[in-house]
Amino acid sequence: MIPAAFDYYRPKDMAGVLSILKEHGDDARVMAGGHSLIPMMKLRMADIPHLIDLQDVGGMSDITIGADNIRIGAMVTQSDIIDDAALAAAAPILREAALQIADPQVRYMGTVGGNVANGDPGNDMPGLMQCLDAAFTVVGPDGERDIQAREFYEAAYMTAREDEEVLTAVTIPTPKGGYAYEKQKRKIGDYATAAAAVQLVKDGGTCTAAAIAMTNLSDTPIYSKTAGAALVGTAVDDTAIKAAMAAMLDDIDPSEDNRGPVAFKKHVAGVILRRAIERAWSRA
Amino acid sequence: MSNKMHIKLNVNGKDEEFLAEPRELLIYTLRERLNITGPHIGCETSHCAACNVTIDGKSVKACTMFAAQADGKSVTTIEGIGGPDDLHPLQTAFKEHHGLQCGYCTPGMITRAAKLLEENPNPTEEEIRFGMAGNLCRCTGYQNIVKSIQAAAVEMNAAKEAAE
Repeated sequence: MIPAAFDYYRPKDMAGVLSILKEHGDDARVMAGGHSLIPMMKLRMADIPHLIDLQDVGGMSDITIGADNIRIGAMVTQSDIIDDAALAAAAPILREAALQIADPQVRYMGTVGGNVANGDPGNDMPGLMQCLDAAFTVVGPDGERDIQAREFYEAAYMTAREDEEVLTAVTIPTPKGGYAYEKQKRKIGDYATAAAAVQLVKDGGTCTAAAIAMTNLSDTPIYSKTAGAALVGTAVDDTAIKAAMAAMLDDIDPSEDNRGPVAFKKHVAGVILRRAIERAWSRA
Repeated sequence: MSNKMHIKLNVNGKDEEFLAEPRELLIYTLRERLNITGPHIGCETSHCAACNVTIDGKSVKACTMFAAQADGKSVTTIEGIGGPDDLHPLQTAFKEHHGLQCGYCTPGMITRAAKLLEENPNPTEEEIRFGMAGNLCRCTGYQNIVKSIQAAAVEMNAAKEAAE
């Protein structure tokens, strides 16, 4: 499988990247690890006349853990996330999710920035970042701006990032309480049949805050505000969990594919969300 | 469009320089340009890792990287791990423990296992299975691959202790 011909660029700084993007518009694409883009180019489903490799740009590979938030550079790999002990202590859900992405070889190459910017509904980090209420920093010809993860995804592969902008970092408020990233897949390396990210806070036996997002159950990740709200003020008993599941099922819109028909996907989504809530609660 | 690029790689300790189109995938560079045929083309879709190599300390599926991305980097293939006259302990272990049948996946299995043992010299069976999950074998059912890696780990750790 040979991709269509393209020109390859490896600029040394972001100014170089932005000038190529400006010159070629949507004929140009940036690439981090390439493990989403290169397969699409090989299938000739993506035609990229001008490919900009970000590996020499620098300044996007740091994980910074602050007092109130965590900043992850766009070029941080899934493997970097798994290996960072301080990050695992500050936001263990990131490591739990990263371990369920693809396989070891892909995790060495696959980046957080690529995973969230790509807009593939099968990617795990977008739903996770919506659960954690992350902000994505993008830089373009007019400078930097932040876009909330919960506002970022418009449709499959369509996001709020403009063609001439590059996603450079993800910032999350330091998560509190119990967490779980639960994923049902057919085998290691597969995208989710259904996955759920849950982060919740327990205070004296009562849930005081909960965020829930789902992966690969619509053409975008789904942050289900009503599902989270169904847990708040409860003891996260069976009634509350069933209410959260029902609210989530109202928000998702899965389509039939080789992972199963719609009814099956809804069934799995419910099972996975229940497991995620119960595990997050047990850790809260 | 598609001007050829001047690419430099170090493969198994040897410097290589050539002109290639940017769309040339590293697996083709290795096999067809440099005649290094240990890395195999299996699925060619990033699933099977018959093409596994090590690049700057990472296990990489060479079907999913352009040679241009590897410009300036060091690549190790099965040929750089050991040869017929100086088998690597993993190669010996795969031979002794029947870690292969047809052998097609073996160069990828061994280069990946070498990296796994470098990162974790005493892996449990579960850690081996998880760490090798990106490599597919259609013959062995994996049981003997796991055994081979366990045996190689014991051998390598003993050799390391003896050297200290």
